[in-house]
This record gives sequence, C-alpha cells and structure tokens, in this order.
Amino acid sequence: MSDIAAPARRESGLGALVRQARYVISENPVTGFAFALFVLIVLAAVLGPELVPYDPLASATSEALQPPNAHHWFGTDQLGRDVFSRVIVATRLDFFIAVASVALVFLMGGLAGVAAGFFGGWTDRIVGRIADTIMAFPLFVLAMGIVAALGNTVQNIVLATAIVNFPLYARIARAEANVRREAGFVEAARLSGNSDWRILTFQILPNVFPILVVQMSLTMGYAILNAAGLSFIGLGVRPPTPEWGIMVAEGSAFMVSGEWWNATFPGAALMVAVFCFNLLGDGLRDMVDPRRRT
Amino acid sequence: MLTMILKRAAMAIPSLIGVVIVTFLLTRALPGDPAAYFAGPAASPQAIEEVRVKLGLDKPLVVQFGHYVVDLAHGNLGTSLTTGQPVVTELRNRLPASAELTLLGLLVSIVIAVPLGILAATRPNSLLDHACRVISTAGVSLPVFFTGLILVYIFYYRLGWAPAPLGRLDVFYSAPPQVTGFYLIDSLIAGQGEVFTASLKQLILPALTLGIFSLAPIARMTRASMLAVLSSDFVRTARASGLSSFTVIITYAFRNALIPVITTLGMVFSFLLGANVLVEKVFAWPGIGSYAVEALLASDFAPVQGFVLTMAVMYVAINLLIDILYGVIDPRVRLEA
Amino acid sequence: MTIAPTLSVEGLSVEFRTRGGTVRALESVSFSVEKGETIALVGESGSGKSVTAYAVMGILDPAGRVSAGRAMFGGLDLLAAKPSQLADVRGREIAMIFQNPRTALNPIRPVGRQIADVLIRHGNVPRREAPAQAIEMLRAVGITDPTRRAKAYPFEMSGGMCQRVMIAIALAAKPSLLIADEPTTGLDVTTQAVIMDLVNDLAKELGMATIFITHDLALAGQHSSRIVVMHAGHVVENAPTQELFDHPLHPYTAELIAATPDSAASLDELASIPGSLPDLRRADLPPCRYSERCPRRIDACAQPLPRPAPGASHIVACWNSLTAKPLAMRTPTESAA
Repeated sequence: MSDIAAPARRESGLGALVRQARYVISENPVTGFAFALFVLIVLAAVLGPELVPYDPLASATSEALQPPNAHHWFGTDQLGRDVFSRVIVATRLDFFIAVASVALVFLMGGLAGVAAGFFGGWTDRIVGRIADTIMAFPLFVLAMGIVAALGNTVQNIVLATAIVNFPLYARIARAEANVRREAGFVEAARLSGNSDWRILTFQILPNVFPILVVQMSLTMGYAILNAAGLSFIGLGVRPPTPEWGIMVAEGSAFMVSGEWWNATFPGAALMVAVFCFNLLGDGLRDMVDPRRRT
Repeated sequence: MLTMILKRAAMAIPSLIGVVIVTFLLTRALPGDPAAYFAGPAASPQAIEEVRVKLGLDKPLVVQFGHYVVDLAHGNLGTSLTTGQPVVTELRNRLPASAELTLLGLLVSIVIAVPLGILAATRPNSLLDHACRVISTAGVSLPVFFTGLILVYIFYYRLGWAPAPLGRLDVFYSAPPQVTGFYLIDSLIAGQGEVFTASLKQLILPALTLGIFSLAPIARMTRASMLAVLSSDFVRTARASGLSSFTVIITYAFRNALIPVITTLGMVFSFLLGANVLVEKVFAWPGIGSYAVEALLASDFAPVQGFVLTMAVMYVAINLLIDILYGVIDPRVRLEA
Repeated sequence: MTIAPTLSVEGLSVEFRTRGGTVRALESVSFSVEKGETIALVGESGSGKSVTAYAVMGILDPAGRVSAGRAMFGGLDLLAAKPSQLADVRGREIAMIFQNPRTALNPIRPVGRQIADVLIRHGNVPRREAPAQAIEMLRAVGITDPTRRAKAYPFEMSGGMCQRVMIAIALAAKPSLLIADEPTTGLDVTTQAVIMDLVNDLAKELGMATIFITHDLALAGQHSSRIVVMHAGHVVENAPTQELFDHPLHPYTAELIAATPDSAASLDELASIPGSLPDLRRADLPPCRYSERCPRRIDACAQPLPRPAPGASHIVACWNSLTAKPLAMRTPTESAA
C-alpha cells in the first residue's frame, strides 16, 4: 500500500525544531511567555544602552535619591543617577556574564565529560576526581575563594561560575558520551580516519548539546545570581559600572531608611531574568525530553 | 551500623585531601606577589620581604604545601592583618552565630517545605499543588540578599514588627553566659527569658530569608518523591489493609519518600552555606561569613582563606552526617546485603 | 432457605479517564461468592479481573470510576458506602493479597511491625500484645523461626516468604473474604503449590470465602470450586470447576482450555488464542467483545448478550455456545426488553 501523494520532504533539523517549539508553546503558554521575555531581555541587552534616556554614569547630586517620578521612572540613586537607565544598561553586562559563563562551562565541562565517557580509564578517573573535589565545597564559597584569589574582574567571575558548574556538566556529558561510544556514526568517522579528538569535538559534543541545553538555561539564571551575589559582597564588578548585584548592594543601605527604589528595581530585574531562564529551561526540557516533565 | 559509619567516614577522606589542596592553591594563586598580598597594601618592600621569608613563600611549592599541612594540623590558619588576631580564634568565636542562623533557617525551610510537598502530592492538580510549584520556581529565582532586603523593608521599615537588622541582640541586652554559643539555647539554660525573646526577634527575619531561599528544592523533591511513593505497590497494600489515612500517608508513604529528600539536603546545605554569607551582610550578623566579607574589603587575605577552608571542611562533615542519616533511615543501605 | 452469599457483585461497570479517551474497563460484571467457597476469576491480562477486585476493595486508581453496579457484602453496598463504613470493612472483613510480594511490602519496615499495624488497627489487639501476636501469625503461615524473622525486612526474605507475610497481614483480622490477586506470579512452581495450599488450608480453618484471580486456568482448576471466566471486561462464563472443564460453553473458554498446558499435552499441541483484545476506548465496541475474534460468530452476535437465567449454576454469555442445547438462551427480541 503506497501513498498516492508524494512523501513529505524530510524536515531539516532547524525546521523540525521550530515546529516542535511552536507545538510546545501552544501546549504550554507559560513557556511561550518565557520565550517572549527572553527576547525582551536580549533586546534590552543589545539595544538598551543606545535607547536609555539618561547616561547611566552621569551623576547629578542635586537630584539624589528622588523617588520614582515622571522624569525618572525608577527614581534616582544616591549620586543622582537615573535608576531606570542603569537597570536597563546593566542588562547587557549581566546577560553577557550569563552567556559567557554558560559557554565556558559547556566547553570545559562538556569536553571533559565526553572525553571521560569516551576514553574511560585514567581520563575518567582524573575528571571524576576534579569534579568531586569541586563538589566538596559549598559552591558559592568556592566562587568567592576563586575570585578573591584571582581578583575582581568580569573574566574571573565568569571563570569562577564556570568552574563551580563544571561537575554537573561533566557528569551529564560523560553519561551521554558513554552511551554513544559505540554508535554507528562514531565508527564511521573513525574509519574515515578522524582522530579521536576530532570525533569528540565534531561528532559527539554536538550530539550532547541538546541534553545540555536545558541545563544551560538554568545555569544562565544561576550565573546571574552568582555574579550578583559576588558583587553584593564586594567581589564582583566595581562601581560605577552598572550591574544589578552591585546596584542592590549600593541601594541596600537605603532600604533601611525607606528609599526602596535604589535596590528594588535592580533586584526585581534580577528576579525577572532568572525566573525567565528557569521557565525557559523547563520548557526546553519538555521539548527535548517530555518524559522528564515535572 | 558501625561498619557503615566507618566506611562512610573513610570515603570522606579523599574529599578532605582535595579541599586542602585546592585551598592551598588558592592561597598561592594570587596574581602578582603573594607576599605582597599577605603583607597588606600599606607594606613597604622591606616588610614584604620579611613576610615572604616568614611565610616561607620563597621556598619551592611542594615545601610550602608541607608547611601548610603542618600548620593546619596545628590549627594555625594565619593571622588577620586588620585585627592582629589568629584567624582560628576569630572563626571559632564567630562560628556559633552562623551555625545558629543556618540551622534555624533550615528548620524554617523544612517546617514549611515538607508539609507543603506532602499536601501537594496528596492533592494533585489542586490549587495547593499549583501554588507549591509556583513557589518552588519563584524561590529558586529570588536572589537571597534581595529577599532579605525586601523583608527588612516591609517588616522593619514599613510595619515596624521586626527589630532593626543590627546583629544578634538589641543594644539593651547582653549575651547570655556562653555554653554552646547559641543564644537561644544559652539564654534558656541561664533562665534569661527576656534575652531569649530578644535573640529570637533578631533571628526571625534572617532565618526566614534563608528559609525562603532553601524552601524550593526541598518542597519540590518532597512533592516528587511523595507522588512516586503514593502510587507504589506497598502503599496499595497498606490501603487495602484498611490502615488509617494517617498511617498510610505518614508511616508508610512519607518515611519512604523521605529518603530522596535527605539526599537533596546535601545540595541544600551547599546553597545554605553560600547564602549564609550574603544574609549575614544584609543583617549585620557577626558570623564567619561577615568576618570573611569584612576582611575582603580590607584586602586582608588570611581570614578569607581560613573561611573557605573552614566552610569546606564543615560541608564535608555535613555530607558525612547526611550519608550516615541516610543509612539510619534506609535499612537496605545499612545492612548492605 | 439459602444463606446469602458473602459477596455478590451485580452489574459492575468501571471506566477510566485517560489521555486517549474513556476506557470501558468493566461492563455489567456479575458473580457471587458463597460463604467458605473458593472461586477463581480467570482471564488474559487486560481482561479486567484485577480491576474488579480493586473496585470492590475501593482502591481503584483515581482516574477510575464505578459507573454502575453494586457489590453487596453483608447487606452493605461497598460501591456506595461512606468512607467510614468502608474503613470497618477493608482489611477487617475483606482482605487482599497481591502479586510481586517483595514490592507489595513496605521495604523499610520490619515485617513483624507490618503485621502488628493491621492487628492494632483491626484486630482489637492492645498495642503491647501486637508484636507477640504478629509472631504467632508468622508461625501460622509456616515461617520458621518467626521470632527472628519478625524483625527482618522484605529484602532479606525470599519471594515465597514475602508472600507468606502478606498472607499473614491479610488474615490478621480474620476476614470473611480474601481476594488473592495473582498471588503466585513470580514464584517458582514448587513455591506456587505451597502457597496455594496454605491459602486453601487457612481458608478452610477460618471458614473464609476466597476469590482467586489468575491467568493460569490450570492453577484455578486445582484450587477453586467454581470458575468465572472474564474477557475484555465481561464475564463470559461462570460454572463449577469440573463442569467448566468437562463442558465449556463459551468459545473463549474452550480456547483457554486448549491453550493451557497440562501434564499430558506436549508443547506442539498448545494452541494459542487467535486475535487480540479489542481496544476498550472504542465507541463502537460490539455487545459481545469476543465476537470480532470468535470463530463461531453468527448474525445474532451483534445483538446485546442474553441475560443469564436466575439461579442457573452454569452461566454463559453467548448466542452460539458450544453445546447443542444452549442452557440460558433466549431469542434476541425477548432479551432486548
């Protein structure tokens, strides 16, 4: 019994992904909302600095500590800077930190994990030891230690976040690589003369990516919280750079005396961003592996 | 039972070794000249040299590591630049403050999260269930220091219900005679009811902040675990045997559901110990977290490293305890047939 | 003057809400069990035998719902009873044992305590004496060294021993009806025989009625006095055991008998039953759910099934049953009333 109509063209990977995304969004509007929010955040990060009404660094002490009003939607801080502009501009830095951390930990943890799963033996043992040692520390404390030792720069914050999340990614990647070690396409690649490292980087790692992408979304949220936490205790970005965590830190002294807008708006921005990444992560999980829906 | 405890303790040793190595590397990984860091920003080149020799920073790394381990064995974690006190002494003095806060925070968290998880599991898809899920996702997204600040704003500034966030006790009271270092316990032992109430009042907001923060993973795991256990064969048998609802849900289902929740506690503690540092800053709590943060501001490095090492060792010990607790609750692990 | 049956199931219909539609799992199931009688509910997996038991016991999955029928037990309709009335019955008057005894017992509770739980709940045994009584129950079900075994956990016992424990739990309150849902599945053949004998002996001792649910017709034949054959949620035949084997009336029963290995038949002679169970979610299910795979189908089979004659000892739900003289046959127009 053959089809009379011509068989449908094999969907390209991207086309199938988009269709699946559309299906999941229609099933679960919350994921759609998270998607929209994510786009908004990206827009704020990319276009924000060009579009904000005030220079985030321009201080005007005569206008210090004004509550939200028509001129300054989020009020002004203790140096008279417009809180709204600072919050929007800070999106770029926090988003960058999140993306950079996640990219770094995917490469580090992903590669180490697939190597451990693929080669086994000593590689596996060493990667395992490193991961166990990292996990022996309370993670934020380790991040503190790393940044305190290496110095407060954005690069070190990104590095510390990546190191602290390394064990989780290594473990997931290792499990996936183990499964795929004997897979057909790996054999084919080997037979056509590819070195093991090429196979790892170009065959296995890309296959592990969809599984890790769920975790990556969640890690983005964690990375922002981590950076904000470090900034809060003085180990993060230095003033006057606008970053949500440091804005909350600077504003915290004023919360006690009632000038709430300094800390609340950047804090709310933090919450919204992290919440968005978490929801997105849940939605991605539904797309990638509906069996694990909570 | 004893064999299980010893075995678990033995498994903790490699972790301890790893921790010591990493903290050592962190002390020597400072960019630039470690001696300069330890001497402080105001030191002259001569003072820096003295520090370098005194701390043995001119010796090969392996030798330094040997000294480091020997120092640790003697309980020597260096001296604070700002206070001139041995780090170990200050950590020891301030540890009870942090411990009291963290444990109370965990208690608050468990007392809210576990019943919430049980109720959500026994009434699937109800309003409570959805509330539990929203709270779990929101709880994970809130920065802990922000929660603390909001609580201070609402309950202290706006409503005036909570005292000023200025540490463990109001200025009018003095600390109870030290037995455990926990003000709540010590004040009860000394029969000082007013001090007890005063300390409790100061503890409520920071403990609540920590509790809200760690609520989410516990509630989520309790709910998931209960859901799985409630549909298991042995719960069906218990129901068919006509046992009371309470017996079925608590004695049969919950005790079994507790097992994965306990293993989650390890992860929860990792978050809690980190969050502790942030909460101590918000509430001016004189614990080891704020000790490290104050030292950081003054570029005083020995306390920071002592702090990281102490936290890590405590965390290894906590994980060991959790492992043992796990063995106590689950006879399959304990008897290891 | 006849004594009322211990349990009388009348016209029981059960449906399940699923993602794929409503599954009409049971339709008009009727049978009864006399005092002290052992009957067997026999059928392929998916025939609805376990669902029947779960419905009677009131432990259906939340997605399941009794849509019609009664289950009369001592003047009480179990399907319409209030939870408080059921609480007195379940586990005390009616007990149930399950397959896979290892997973059907609480893995982290000593077996003695599991028996004691039921004794305390139903057996009017004071808490202090329950442990000793539990040990006696273990002895009664043939477990050697019961004092030591009472402290053991299910994972430390064999499947056969776990099943004995389950029997002890079920019989602790001396019920008048025992439902045994595939109690021998997963046990080796020797243990199967031993367990079945144990159940039969205890039933005789207690004057207890038993419903034995199984897919194994031979086993049913050896241990029950009456067999109720089920297919796709319908009762298709109900007859005393010997009568059923000597003169099966329903085509499905005949196929079942042919498919059952007994000591004489060789493997080559084992027939398999043609076709498969119909999809119970279909809206267009025929009145006789076997008709689509039945070799004896006639036009009359599209009509609603014949009603059984009241008081008949051998009931069959078929328009074209195997004997030349159909016992309970009426013409289609008469039955439609």
